Amino acid sequence: MSEAQAHSFWRSPVIWPLAGILALVLANLLHDRSVAFLSVTVSDGHLYGSLIDIFSQGSRCMLVALGMTLVIAVSGVDLAVGSIMAIGGALAAILLTQHSAPLVLAVAAALAVTAAAGLTSGLLVAGLRLQPIVATLILMVAGRGVAQLITDGNVVTIQRPGFEFLGNGYLIGLPFSAVLVAVLYLIVNTVLRRSALGLFIEAAGDNETASRFAGLAVARVKCLAYVASGFCAGLAGLLAASNIRAADPLTSGTNMELDAIFAVVVGGTALTGGRFSLLGSWIGALLLQTLTVTMYNLGVAPAVAPVPKALLIIGVCLLQSEKSRRWLGGLWRKPV
Amino acid sequence: MTEPLLAMRGIGKRFPGVVALNGVDFSVRAGEIHALLGENGAGKSTLIKVLTGVYESDAGAISLAGRRIAPATPKDAEHCGISTVYQEVNLVPSLSVAENIMLGRQPGRLGFLNWRALRQHARAALARLEIDCDIDAELGSLSVALQQMVAIARALDLRARLLVLDEPTASLDEKEVAELFAVMRRLRGEGLGIVFVTHFLEQVYAVTDRITVLRNGELVGEYATTGLPRLSLVGKMLGREIVAEPAPPIGAKTGSVEQVGPPLFAARGLARRGGIHPLDLDLRRGEIVGLAGLLGSGRTETARLIFGIDRADAGEVRVRGTSVKLASARDAARQGFAFCSEDRKIEGILPNLSVRENLVFALQAKQGAWRVLGRAEQLRLCDHYITALRIKTPGPDAPIRNLSGGNQQKVLLARWLATQPELIILDEPTRGIDVGAKAEIEQIIAKLRADGLAVLFISSEIEEVVRNSTRVVVLRERRRVGEFAAGEATADKLMAAMAGGHIEHEPPDSDFSPRRDTK
Repeated sequence: MSEAQAHSFWRSPVIWPLAGILALVLANLLHDRSVAFLSVTVSDGHLYGSLIDIFSQGSRCMLVALGMTLVIAVSGVDLAVGSIMAIGGALAAILLTQHSAPLVLAVAAALAVTAAAGLTSGLLVAGLRLQPIVATLILMVAGRGVAQLITDGNVVTIQRPGFEFLGNGYLIGLPFSAVLVAVLYLIVNTVLRRSALGLFIEAAGDNETASRFAGLAVARVKCLAYVASGFCAGLAGLLAASNIRAADPLTSGTNMELDAIFAVVVGGTALTGGRFSLLGSWIGALLLQTLTVTMYNLGVAPAVAPVPKALLIIGVCLLQSEKSRRWLGGLWRKPV
Repeated sequence: MTEPLLAMRGIGKRFPGVVALNGVDFSVRAGEIHALLGENGAGKSTLIKVLTGVYESDAGAISLAGRRIAPATPKDAEHCGISTVYQEVNLVPSLSVAENIMLGRQPGRLGFLNWRALRQHARAALARLEIDCDIDAELGSLSVALQQMVAIARALDLRARLLVLDEPTASLDEKEVAELFAVMRRLRGEGLGIVFVTHFLEQVYAVTDRITVLRNGELVGEYATTGLPRLSLVGKMLGREIVAEPAPPIGAKTGSVEQVGPPLFAARGLARRGGIHPLDLDLRRGEIVGLAGLLGSGRTETARLIFGIDRADAGEVRVRGTSVKLASARDAARQGFAFCSEDRKIEGILPNLSVRENLVFALQAKQGAWRVLGRAEQLRLCDHYITALRIKTPGPDAPIRNLSGGNQQKVLLARWLATQPELIILDEPTRGIDVGAKAEIEQIIAKLRADGLAVLFISSEIEEVVRNSTRVVVLRERRRVGEFAAGEATADKLMAAMAGGHIEHEPPDSDFSPRRDTK
């Protein structure tokens, strides 16, 4: 590795959430005084263990963070993702149970509707030039109502083996949801970086006016980001419903928008837009889930859990800030 | 020989990949106006920023009035007695003049303002400069010149010993410049040291006592203004001896390449409410059409209409003889148009992206997301334009915000040239860049014309318009008031047309726009 590469590795924003995950794993090991936390067992050809759980349970936040990364990169924010999750789950549940729709059709319909919901936000932001917070707040509030309308306010239980596979199945020994999300990240990253879409998204977020003056269809790029966010949230809603074998329009995806924003920011994508890192968001979501699991493991009361969560997030953000890092660096550099 | 008021010795400053300052000495005496000159990238701004505490220097020492200082922040520098007025007025437009002058050091106690003392101080600060101005007026309602004066009044209120004026005249007209100079001379009489950064050489000779020239981050020398002829000054700034070369008269460079057939671009009755009155304009390949006019005469508005950034309310546009609608910059770019805006920062650069990404951006946007320029192709374009336009950058992957203004301008020019446009609109391409880069940009423009492009050239410097255009259209108060063909445009005639007097007769009825009046 050349010196320049080594340098960029240490300055990479991904390093701090990774360090956070490592610290949490260490905390678990010390608390348990055993390596149980790290152990992975094989049964029925499937892998089991706390680490595996982190990947499968964290998959929903990763998925929402994927779309959120793109929205934040175009200087926006999507607060509606939690409600869109509820809509996706509710729609699929009703189609599967009351209309006995084929699985593929139910999933496709749910994803189409949630992508359309994202498009609505995108049009409000890019077309009508509403503030992203305001535009997506509309759908955040209204969307939850729509989800309840779809299920008549009930929790709909789903018993369809095919559907249950989404959130609980295993593929080559690994949780299907985690594999699905990882593959999706790979595909999106490849498409964005191989095509010019990644450049367009970063440009639109970095300087919207200049991008427009250079002939970029900025509105289209922005809409695309919101559509992607809606699609990802919808898929996450399906995973959530599948995981608990029920669609709960009231609680599905609550506070998911905040977790996703945290994951994106912790992963090194600035809220001001521009440069983004999908890998960073994936690791950021992993960090959040590791933290949640650690809280359980250490026996922290759920009511208190947000406090250490907040502390960790502040810590990582401080480590990423240029200014505080320079200050920290000064601590162990000898005065000149 | 008096002890200098300010002495900077051996100042050094590096940025990643660039040595911005290398062992520079700079001294200013009390009671003198000292010009700090150099090309873009010479290190003027960096030196000023080290002096005013924006940057920390890597090497060297600063002393003010014999006392060693090391300003760590702009506030720190102010406390030491160094006050700065920047090119862009850094005040709050929605507050009153008095509030702006006293902002951050309001008299009063327990969080309550003593309004009487505040207004008194503000009035005194303005009186010192002999400026007549309503202190209760909203700052934003004043002319830029008055705002500049307010900024100086604010700076001086801090018992400053050294005043730094960083390109204060960039947006002032001649009369306002004269007023500013009067204020500067008065302050010089009071024993202040004044550092004056500017691109206008006439102003250097009009008002300064001594000159320090920087080039490529190094000190070239310090000279008495009266002892340095203008030509040798320019030579020192550029690092090459310049042979006096009279500007060729307009149209002297060969006739237009193409005069037959329909013009590349033709507008009839093109208008936008609040922008420009109905305007006819033809642009042909191989000509440079200068658009002259005073500030606010509608030059930029015309450019924005042509490039589809603003939509026209009326009129018709034909490109290569066919009628088209230009509803966005994207439409215009697809027609083979290019537009370098006058506002580099807001409408030009993508600050956090690399030189490479900035350079290929317009071409990539034109091709769409899927026809991707490979990395090798991108680097080839970068290499080509970095060499051809002599862009100074540590490399194609350096963030563009680290480049100096002139080099950013060249990258933006390269961005559009890479799209191989047929019509290029240059709105003040030489604004805020130095003599050497200006000459280079003018050469590039001449080359574009020779290559058969149509060029629309906008500049507030009349001499520049006369020197570079094959035809000049004059705007006044958002109307077209005259056109001067090759050979007949002189600075005097243009000035007369811009200032008012005779108005061009209505153009003969256009030959292709029967719908013009019905729209």
